[in-house]
Amino acid sequence: MKIGIMVSEGPYNHQASDTAYLFARNAIEKGHSVPRVFFYHDGVNNSTKLTQPPQDDRNVVNRWSKLAEDHGVDLVVCVAAGMRRGITDDILAPGFRISGLGQLVEAGIQCDRLVTFGD
Amino acid sequence: MSDMMDDMDEGGEGVVKKFMFVNRKAPHGTIYALEGLEVVLISAAFDQDVSMVFVDDGVYELIKGVNTKGIEVKDFSKTYRALEGYDIEKLYVEKASMDARGLTEDDLIVDVTVLDSAEMANLMAEQDVVISY
Amino acid sequence: MLHIVNKSATERNSLESALRMATKGSAVLLIEDAVYAATQGSVAAAKIKSAMADVQIYALGPDLDARGMSSRVLDGVKVVDYGGFVDLVTEHNSCQSWL
Repeated sequence: MKIGIMVSEGPYNHQASDTAYLFARNAIEKGHSVPRVFFYHDGVNNSTKLTQPPQDDRNVVNRWSKLAEDHGVDLVVCVAAGMRRGITDDILAPGFRISGLGQLVEAGIQCDRLVTFGD
Repeated sequence: MSDMMDDMDEGGEGVVKKFMFVNRKAPHGTIYALEGLEVVLISAAFDQDVSMVFVDDGVYELIKGVNTKGIEVKDFSKTYRALEGYDIEKLYVEKASMDARGLTEDDLIVDVTVLDSAEMANLMAEQDVVISY
Repeated sequence: MLHIVNKSATERNSLESALRMATKGSAVLLIEDAVYAATQGSVAAAKIKSAMADVQIYALGPDLDARGMSSRVLDGVKVVDYGGFVDLVTEHNSCQSWL
């Protein structure tokens, strides 16, 4: 089954991004596909390569990047929400791209399920 | 639509799904109401069967008589009136949520359909995609 | 339909709203801070118990573990892992997150 995901909160402040990642990884391990994760609201803050968590903490951003690299997950950052929050192409971590809100609606149309993680 | 990833290409054309946008947050205190509205406006371009529902504090989004000058923030409450122009005409409000806030239909900036909780639950259950803020 | 709740029921009304809108036969999954509602002695436990007549309540095990609440789960609440969360999403025709 194709499962789309929306992440509405930034990393670290809220558990949403962690839960979304673990959900996505487990969905893929179970043989489903996660064609797209759409980052909206403060969720756009998951995409910046400037993130530097302490050594002994998980790296939420790199984890998403690896999921994209290993499984072809399309990590889409909303352009409007991103611009509001200073997220631009030059600070994107690998695997992320900036695009429009239409990508969220499209994921809703083309995926079998759309699951939202937020606050 | 766009250059989607390969495995999402098939079956996308001509599909009409029931989309419900669930608004449960008051405006201004957080950005969810405003950015939620932006998704709804975009969704109009996809020719889907779109409903917008207002429950809990979401009903405060529709209140008349808003003046945001003092907080120096854009008043987007007028945008709800523009939804009709985007062919988004299915606006639903849960009666219990209005009652709990001392509001009636007369307090709202747009025409809505008022549903009781069971009707709202049934409407939600028949959707294909539910997006909530 | 699957209703996903992630808010503590003693802080916000998300659980209450989800239960109000959960039709008979639907499922409610408690994740993150919502898992506290499924534990013995919580003031929210009464709401969970009365809802169980019509809906199946699930709680995410890793979130219970992380909060030291695994031994306090109410009878009748099914504990699932992330794989079980995925199954719930695929088994139901749609899902709504009560953020």
